[in-house]
Amino acid sequence: MSNGVSMSSPAPAVSVSQLRKSFGSLEVLKGVSLEAREGDVISILGASGSGKSTMLRCINMLEVPDSGDIRIGGELIGLKKGRRGMEPADRSQVDRIRSRVAMVFQSFNLWSHMTILENIIEAPVHVQKRPKAECIEEAEALLAKVGIADKRNSYPSHLSGGQQQRAAIARALAMRPKVMLFDEPTSALDPELVGEVLRVMRSLAEEGRTMLVVTHEMGFARDVSNRVMFLHKGVVEEEGAPQDVFANPKSERFKQFISSHR
Amino acid sequence: MDFEFMQETFLRLLSGVPLTLNLAFTSVAFGAVLAMLIALMRMSGVRVLEAFAKGYVFVFRGSPLLVQIFLIYYGLGQFRPTLQEWGLWSFFREPYWCAILALTLNTGAYASEIFRGGLQAVPAQQVEAARACGMSGFLLFRRITFPIALRQALPAYGSELILMVKATSLASIITMMEITGIAAKLISQTFRAVEVFIVAGAIYLILNFIITRLIMALEWWLSPHLRHPPVPKASVEAVHV
Repeated sequence: MSNGVSMSSPAPAVSVSQLRKSFGSLEVLKGVSLEAREGDVISILGASGSGKSTMLRCINMLEVPDSGDIRIGGELIGLKKGRRGMEPADRSQVDRIRSRVAMVFQSFNLWSHMTILENIIEAPVHVQKRPKAECIEEAEALLAKVGIADKRNSYPSHLSGGQQQRAAIARALAMRPKVMLFDEPTSALDPELVGEVLRVMRSLAEEGRTMLVVTHEMGFARDVSNRVMFLHKGVVEEEGAPQDVFANPKSERFKQFISSHR
Repeated sequence: MDFEFMQETFLRLLSGVPLTLNLAFTSVAFGAVLAMLIALMRMSGVRVLEAFAKGYVFVFRGSPLLVQIFLIYYGLGQFRPTLQEWGLWSFFREPYWCAILALTLNTGAYASEIFRGGLQAVPAQQVEAARACGMSGFLLFRRITFPIALRQALPAYGSELILMVKATSLASIITMMEITGIAAKLISQTFRAVEVFIVAGAIYLILNFIITRLIMALEWWLSPHLRHPPVPKASVEAVHV
């Protein structure tokens, strides 16, 4: 294949190289690279404005990078020059890749006009074209797994934030994704609701799912992820296994960051 | 007041109800499609389409419906040879179709702005969530954007429906025997304007009352997410303690 699936070892689940992205005159990402093998749980840390969310959003093309390569399971996402900067070369490729890379948002973004069950089966039925009965069965199992089986016929507005986020995680899981992206999944939650969402995420990590998690939860980064990445002003300042980077931070800024987040 | 006469008038005017509703619903049906097209043009980001949509709304919302009806029915009659050549004369010679056309063009302009408001109020985050699941194009519109926009636009669109029912009365000017047309004829025969128009007004009120109720029912049915969830039994008991 021309897009370079390596023959010797399996291709990394996600590989990002030399990613650059500007909004107007502000350069948010200045050449960021990242590689996630299957089963990796990578926590991406950084102060607000460090570019961590932008990087995550580039991986499923919610933001289109100005330059750099993104490969999902070895497949390069094609980009071309459009009238307003770069754009995907092939929209159907982007749709296909998005259905394998699920995203969980900070503000849940459940569809307000659908019940929780309808939210979960929407993409499997209409994007992946799987049989509806099978999707419902799977959705019910996922709801049980995230602990809100009794909410299947409720609407998102009737749920607490923590329940909504767990429903959103179930919606992401229903796509049977190869990679899951979490964009500050607990930042919009009341403190007492953070735990229930983190518990679900921890169980996903233990299942061996590939996860990229933008977060401010140091506990999660330290205990659950197998790799930590610290972004500062659009560059990777620190990267490594959590036990190493938290014990011996090389970067002065990461030291400050850790101490300010306890 | 002569109640016997009013009762008789009521029965006579009722025979105009089917045509009134026919005009209203036919033009609303065509007009809704037109309005959606205009709204999408207006939001397309393509300058030519946007300018066309803006111009269209400006002209048809900014000029009186009565003038539009006159222009289409009488005005286009002057171009009969050309219209005959184009095979359109059989359409424009019928007052019914002229009324439908004018009402459609008119509601198309008003409703396009209502739809645009509804579409623009769809939360960008919900659209983004759909994109992140691999939805795009018509699928995204049909499953996410449109259903949310419809719920936002329905209250305003209900008013538009009522306005349209009332606007059909103008079709009486071009010989349509709907409620107002029959009323005008009765008045010219009996010279009892007050009784006839009171009855006519009452019939419009009844029609619009029914339509209002239907729209309310539709709104209720479409928005379970805005109502309080059904209260589980346990918490009801807890409240009584």
